[in-house]
Amino acid sequence: MLLRHTTAEVRERTALTINPAKTCQPIGAMYAALGIHRCLPHSHGSQGCCAYHRSALSRHYREPVMAGTSSFTEGASVFGGQANLIQAIHHLFAIYDPEVIAIHTTCLSETIGDDIPQIIAKARDEGKVPPGRYVIHANTPSYVGSHVTGFANMVKAMVEYFATAEGPREKQINLIPGYVEPADMEEISRMVEELGIRAILFPDTSKVLNTPQTGRYTMYPPGGVRVADLKRLGHSLGTVALGPLASGPAARTLDTRCKVPCEILDLPLGLAATDRFIDTLRQIAGVAVPDSLTWERGRLLDVITDMHQYFFGRKVALAGDPDQLIPLTEFLVDIDMWPIHMVTGTPGKKFESRIRALTREVPHPVNVQAGGDLFLLHQWIKQEPVDLLIGNTYLKYIARDEDIPLVRFGFPILDRIGHIHFPTVGYRGGVRLLERILDALLDRQDRDAPEERFELVM
Amino acid sequence: MRKIAIYGKGGIGKSTTTQNTVAGLAEMGRKVMVVGCDPKADSTRLLLGGLAQKSVLDTLREEGEEVDLEDIRRLGFGATLCVESGGPEPGVGCAGRGIITSINLLEQLGAFSPSENLDYVFYDVLGDVVCGGFAMPIREGKAQEIYIVVSGEMMAMYAANNICKGIVKFAEAGGVRLGGLICNSRKVDNEREMIQALAARLGTQMIHFLPRDNIVQRAEINRKTVIDFDPAHPQAEEYRLLARKIEANDMLVIPKPLKTDDLERLLLEYGLSG
Repeated sequence: MLLRHTTAEVRERTALTINPAKTCQPIGAMYAALGIHRCLPHSHGSQGCCAYHRSALSRHYREPVMAGTSSFTEGASVFGGQANLIQAIHHLFAIYDPEVIAIHTTCLSETIGDDIPQIIAKARDEGKVPPGRYVIHANTPSYVGSHVTGFANMVKAMVEYFATAEGPREKQINLIPGYVEPADMEEISRMVEELGIRAILFPDTSKVLNTPQTGRYTMYPPGGVRVADLKRLGHSLGTVALGPLASGPAARTLDTRCKVPCEILDLPLGLAATDRFIDTLRQIAGVAVPDSLTWERGRLLDVITDMHQYFFGRKVALAGDPDQLIPLTEFLVDIDMWPIHMVTGTPGKKFESRIRALTREVPHPVNVQAGGDLFLLHQWIKQEPVDLLIGNTYLKYIARDEDIPLVRFGFPILDRIGHIHFPTVGYRGGVRLLERILDALLDRQDRDAPEERFELVM
Repeated sequence: MRKIAIYGKGGIGKSTTTQNTVAGLAEMGRKVMVVGCDPKADSTRLLLGGLAQKSVLDTLREEGEEVDLEDIRRLGFGATLCVESGGPEPGVGCAGRGIITSINLLEQLGAFSPSENLDYVFYDVLGDVVCGGFAMPIREGKAQEIYIVVSGEMMAMYAANNICKGIVKFAEAGGVRLGGLICNSRKVDNEREMIQALAARLGTQMIHFLPRDNIVQRAEINRKTVIDFDPAHPQAEEYRLLARKIEANDMLVIPKPLKTDDLERLLLEYGLSG
């Protein structure tokens, strides 16, 4: 009973978060930056920040994550980090030869107010940025928003630094996949190819953070969006942004700067959200949906109908990021499960209103909180138990104490490997999600069934 | 050793008052160290006869951690020891953190140790207490007594009241107390009575009323305190008097800050009745 001090009674808390359901902005920024080919993220702050962010990503993706740091000392905190950053830019290009350095700030450099564009300009004036090399930046104070905000800020920075309105329109679309796994990005690319659409996917961490073991280390794996493609973002017919929080800001910036119209959709998790994604792509590109995708959809529908009796009326508690939880809740409601407790650590009122709207038909009271924590989720569960937990690894403590099956989903997953290899987006991803939900529920049913009700066929 | 911090609204004359008073104490044979806590590093100009010295943070930046006390401390008028924290140029970095770093370094280097035989340490702190760094001199039992330089102008009184709020917070945690208000006259109507009333409301005293005299300005142009520049001038006597009053002061209180409405009522009462 590691969480034995959690009480069922919810008392109002104003200043205390217990077991947060979010993490630092720079983690998201670093992850997004790794989705540019030959990009080296750089943390402008003290060394500890960078070490933590790298290890947080390494533990989830099980790949080495490289990043520079401005290594703030007492002096840098007082006089500002300009000297450190200029030296860092010089060294990183000289020693590690990246094509892009993507700088994100930290709480310290944000609080003392370092002016990163001015420092980048000075580094360029001093000749520290070699020709054909780029330095971009995003402001990522961790006391604002969450890792999702950091991801969004860095993706927006890619637009701000690279996209131009000049140049001919090209028959292509931009696709922002959102804060999803490398395997998910791969799956999104595959679906777009099935539709016969030319798309610039950015950022793209596939083949960066899910690389094979070759026996040889490469600092810059083959994946990632090319700078040449980022420069063509402004030429596209339109942008499809998946996940309003993670991808919306970049899509809107492209719209205002380069007049590329955007559609901001939910992440394609589950049946309905994937339908909307495919339908939007179909309309923008003026293509027909190929049989292959229709088949995939049919298979997902088949699982839902075949196994409906096991989904119906099962109560679920969810924790994670708003972009994921919204379509996931929709999916669960669609298959007649009852998602009744939803918590995200990421602030934002829209989350609550969207979840409320999606769960209106659920015949059970629903708890939802943006800016909440796992302690609150646990308290809700103590008041109103659930049959299933869906969320990141940190939920395993609640799962163990309350003896509830857990489906690992979201960020971070520190104790299993499936997320690295198998997507959860799209119709196929939907099948996988349902498979895992069923495994968890049916394993539990098998475990708990009395002998006379222990079923061979389920 | 008495550790004293001088606060007050920006431009009110903290540095001038501090240095002139310190000159008075030095004349009395006291051993005084002045620590300027202003990024402009101009808190010891009158004692040193110019801005000649390197600040603690400049030295730290250039020499690294290997700083000697003698690198950052200079002898000024009447054998006063003068230190400037210094800080970043305007618009970059974090001046508040600079003060924290600087005072920590001075402690590490033993600037306050008994072997220095100091009678007084004066911290001269920049303007309003805008962030935690500028409260460093009154945190964790560093300065034990505070004097607030004030005038009869509304914003100066407003700032003084605000500083009192800060003192209350640190007084409860540490041992810091308010020693009194120093009125640096701006020739406002009813100034003496108003500041006396403000002091009474705050639960403290107006320890001294410094009249306005252009000799202060003339001495400053000559990079000197009045005591140094024109020892016989009546204004020099005022500073000597303030020095003696501080030396004799044992009225150390936790102030009771006014609500803004009460402060404005006080202003109405005195400011318009002249």
